[in-house]
Amino acid sequence: MKELNIDELKRRFQEKIDNDIKIEPKDWMPDDYRQTLIRQISQHAHSEVVGMLPEGNWITRAPNLRRKAVLLAKVQDEAGHGLYLYSAVETLGADREETIDDLHSGKAKYSSIFNYPTLTWADMGAVGWLVDGAAIMNQVPLCRCSYGPYARAMVRVCKEESFHQRQGFEIMMKLASGTPEQKAMAQDALNRFWWPALMMFGPNDADSKHTQQSMDWKIKRHTNDELRQQFVDITVPQAEMIGLEIPDPDLKWNEETGHYDFGEINWDEFWQVVQGNGPCNKDRIDARRKAKEDGMWVREAANAYAEKRKARLAKKAS
Amino acid sequence: MEKALFEYLLRLGDDSLILGHRLSEWCGHGPILEEDIALTNLSLDLIGQATSFLDYAGKVEGKGRSEDDLAFLRFDKDYRNLLLVERPNGDFGVTIMRQFLFDAYRKPLFERLVHSSDETIAAIAAKSLKETKYHLKHSSEWVIRLGDGTEESHERIQEALNDLWKYAAEIFYEDEVDATLKEAGVLPNMETLRADWEEIVYSVLKEATLETPDNNWKQEGGRKGLHTEHLGYILAELQYMQRAYPNMEW
Repeated sequence: MKELNIDELKRRFQEKIDNDIKIEPKDWMPDDYRQTLIRQISQHAHSEVVGMLPEGNWITRAPNLRRKAVLLAKVQDEAGHGLYLYSAVETLGADREETIDDLHSGKAKYSSIFNYPTLTWADMGAVGWLVDGAAIMNQVPLCRCSYGPYARAMVRVCKEESFHQRQGFEIMMKLASGTPEQKAMAQDALNRFWWPALMMFGPNDADSKHTQQSMDWKIKRHTNDELRQQFVDITVPQAEMIGLEIPDPDLKWNEETGHYDFGEINWDEFWQVVQGNGPCNKDRIDARRKAKEDGMWVREAANAYAEKRKARLAKKAS
Repeated sequence: MEKALFEYLLRLGDDSLILGHRLSEWCGHGPILEEDIALTNLSLDLIGQATSFLDYAGKVEGKGRSEDDLAFLRFDKDYRNLLLVERPNGDFGVTIMRQFLFDAYRKPLFERLVHSSDETIAAIAAKSLKETKYHLKHSSEWVIRLGDGTEESHERIQEALNDLWKYAAEIFYEDEVDATLKEAGVLPNMETLRADWEEIVYSVLKEATLETPDNNWKQEGGRKGLHTEHLGYILAELQYMQRAYPNMEW
């Protein structure tokens, strides 16, 4: 077979994408496509793992046995998502450990929402309802992403996320229909998480540097603003249903567009948190680094034991 | 008899509750992601067991207390767990050794309780036994890996064993509660439990190249409600919501 030139390879690659044929790990792909996916999927994996911390913060203080078990199971799911996503990154030739080191050194990012603290039990409700809700908006279209392993991982992730979103909403519903103290706790959590949840969709389309290329590659199917609007449209009636108020004086239904209009996001805050100035950035990364450092001797022991075992078996066989 | 049964159910339930709580502290901080998931699994199983045992304890007591009332609204002196399970997590080696010494007791215990004359206990034991077999497999494998891994891991896990040994001795604490229930057939074949535990423990420690400590002292108290300083802090977290916001539904 004669070697194809790069333009021909690119043409065939784009043709597959245009025909909705999945790109698989062994297929040829442009380096930019590979790098974009490594960046995006590893960022996504890091978000799952760092995302365990704010909710993990309430596991030992959950108010009853059922809530404790559900929350534990939920946080465990996030760890599982982290695992499949790191595996998806590895199919692109990236090394899991190096990817994690990039997180710890600050080179790789994760979702900024996890840099906000969880201060009350109601935050477990708000995080499930809003944060997992926003994550689902972002992730459902990824089930059709052009890269096969990522798309398949997302199918499973989305199923679990939708359960998480429901359990979060159920916590909020219970609080909102509880005592005045409980309702106030729920409203306070909504007040603190509403705007950061809207920020989860990323900068406005006009300021989003990756959007167009990612859409051409069918890694991304909708723009940040489209997804944000969809989230607002779905979430506002849910808040009304349980009698909580969205903390946005500019929020109102627009008959003409058939969507909610909403106020301006504080982009200064968004960029500050991305750049490390959020309330918990340092705590989150320190916790991940500490887990890795404290676990070093354990991983070394497991490797040493595996080697010894292999040697013993080889000796037996010879 | 009811009183002894209630007391024994608290022992079973509180062991699961407190160890489940301790393991849940690891969530998000495990040495590798796979192990984070494994420790959370153990915790979930134990909290499930605690729920079943405490639910039944409440029914046996007959004062209308639910599993949550028992888990969240007793004072430290009313908890009946082994001191072993309230020991702090320490490093991963301490957590694993604590788990192993406990699993090596729980598996043969549930194997016996499956034949209990009390049908509810037998049913909970049957479900818990399936889980506990996995727990024991997991903790035994890690004891061996760490014991026979590197010099550092060997030292750490040996030290964990030395520290926990006197607490493990409390596993075989017995009093009138056990005597009453043995006689009623609620606790069958208990006389060989210790031998089973020793068989599991000694064979795993041997494979792990670890030395059995020669400390024969028993650190007891948990079964009678006399705990270490650590339980108070566990309860401060565990009970925080129920104490701060009494009589609410969550």
